Amino acid sequence: MQSLSNRAKKLEAKPMTLAERAYLPAIFQGLSITMRHFFRAATKKQVTVRYPEEQRPFSPIFRGLHVLKRDEAGRERCTACGLCAVACPAEAITMVAGERKKGEEGLYREEKYAVSYEVNMLRCIFCGLCEEACPKAAVYLQPDKMAPPRFERDEFIYGKDRLVEPVDPDARSIRGIQLTPEQAEALRQKTSGQLA
Amino acid sequence: MIELPTLGWQSIVILVVFGVSLLIATYCTYAERVIAAFLQDRVGPDRAGPFGLLQPLADAVKLFTKEEFFPAGANRALFIMGPCLAMITALMSSAVIPFGNVIQFGNNVFNLQGIEVNIGMLWIFGIVSLGVYGVMIGGWASNNKFSLLGAIRAGSQNISYELAMGMSLIAILMISGSLSLRDITLQQSAAGEWHFWNIVKQPLGFIIFLVCAFAETNRTPFDLPECETELVGGYHTEYSSMKMGLYLFAEYVNIFVASAVMSVLYFGGFNFPFQYELRDWLVSNQAWELASAQNLISVLGLLALFGKIFAFIFFFMWVRWTLPRFRYDQLMRLGWTILIPLAIFNILLTGGLLLAGVIDFGVIK
Repeated sequence: MQSLSNRAKKLEAKPMTLAERAYLPAIFQGLSITMRHFFRAATKKQVTVRYPEEQRPFSPIFRGLHVLKRDEAGRERCTACGLCAVACPAEAITMVAGERKKGEEGLYREEKYAVSYEVNMLRCIFCGLCEEACPKAAVYLQPDKMAPPRFERDEFIYGKDRLVEPVDPDARSIRGIQLTPEQAEALRQKTSGQLA
Repeated sequence: MIELPTLGWQSIVILVVFGVSLLIATYCTYAERVIAAFLQDRVGPDRAGPFGLLQPLADAVKLFTKEEFFPAGANRALFIMGPCLAMITALMSSAVIPFGNVIQFGNNVFNLQGIEVNIGMLWIFGIVSLGVYGVMIGGWASNNKFSLLGAIRAGSQNISYELAMGMSLIAILMISGSLSLRDITLQQSAAGEWHFWNIVKQPLGFIIFLVCAFAETNRTPFDLPECETELVGGYHTEYSSMKMGLYLFAEYVNIFVASAVMSVLYFGGFNFPFQYELRDWLVSNQAWELASAQNLISVLGLLALFGKIFAFIFFFMWVRWTLPRFRYDQLMRLGWTILIPLAIFNILLTGGLLLAGVIDFGVIK
């Protein structure tokens, strides 16, 4: 029969030679191969990454956990226009808009701001379309943080308490777990006390 | 008549051998996993303690705390007896292995050996062939067709390979003229050189013995009794908790004993090269007493024997993670149509060489 791919190999059923039938040369060949691997594993650096202690570096274009950025004066950039929620293919973003009161100019940059802003990290597919849609450069997917595992589903709904960039960027998180404002505040006080 | 200090010494040695066998079996589980990992470019257990050295402890705790399961319709008494028998027979055989030469305290001379009997080799092979009962009884009592198939395979495999093993030993007996493992070891110590080791006189016999030892300990490539791909877990399919642990342990103790027997029979046991030169040098040049020099040689010999044993254990594991399992008909064909004729040929060859005077009977120095 004509072979379809023209890549079929013709095999001949040759009788085995004495060395092949004795089986021992093949055994020693196999043993030498595994021994090479043994010494390679024992002497060279292994490819295994021991995860909690060692971490693989993220790609520079990795899209991880969201953050709501502040501007240079420390004001929230988000104006609650809803474009990110519209752009989101997974419908993971919800928000409630509110009007900025007098005296809050130092907190919010625009006259309209997000009273609540929630991202459901279980729905989110980290595509980055919200980032692209945002006219105020407020939503940003961090290249070095992932949503850490949690025990309850509702803990994956990140509110503003965990999304908004803290004023002090150093106190943002510990080992990838986002701090609540209270925790960040406590940490800031603790470290400033040590410095003083 | 056995003297009282000798009796006390023998019980101490037996206890120590018992403990050492268990310790080695424990750490064989760890070594197996590390060696398997290294052979496959992995890391292996490294979480429990430094380098994962506490892993066997963690395994033991796990095994002890697992549910003890009895399958419906199982014969309870036999079901318990199976792993016990496997473990007892595995531990009993190490009693006659000479782990070292004599140690002298004052006027008392002690053997580094549990019991010195003139039928040492028969003892070991008697006990080892009893070992299959543990597997057979366990597989029968489980009331499970996979267990039963595994047990049947274990039975036929062990019987087939014991024949070839016994015949490869006959050649050793023809050379040594003694069944005592101590005599066989001492014969290989003539002048303390490695070329007096039996491996030089019996290379073919050693290969036959090695293959049969793999089959007797149910190790890959002959692990058909517990072959996971066909028989779930073979004879220990229904076992859980520490009863399962005893089966696994018995296998490692068997490996230890098989390694020790191979070291003693073919690789000079506790002899190491230049031992007598070292002793004479200590006595003549360093002004040591003969007794203390001999004690040092004995201790070094003990370490040498354990080095050989560990090398064999490594070889067992190395082979396990290299070779695939045989098919059942291949196993039987290898045993009956290749190994047994080869062993018979080896006996004839040895006899001919002995008559021709090419190799001589061992001499005890």
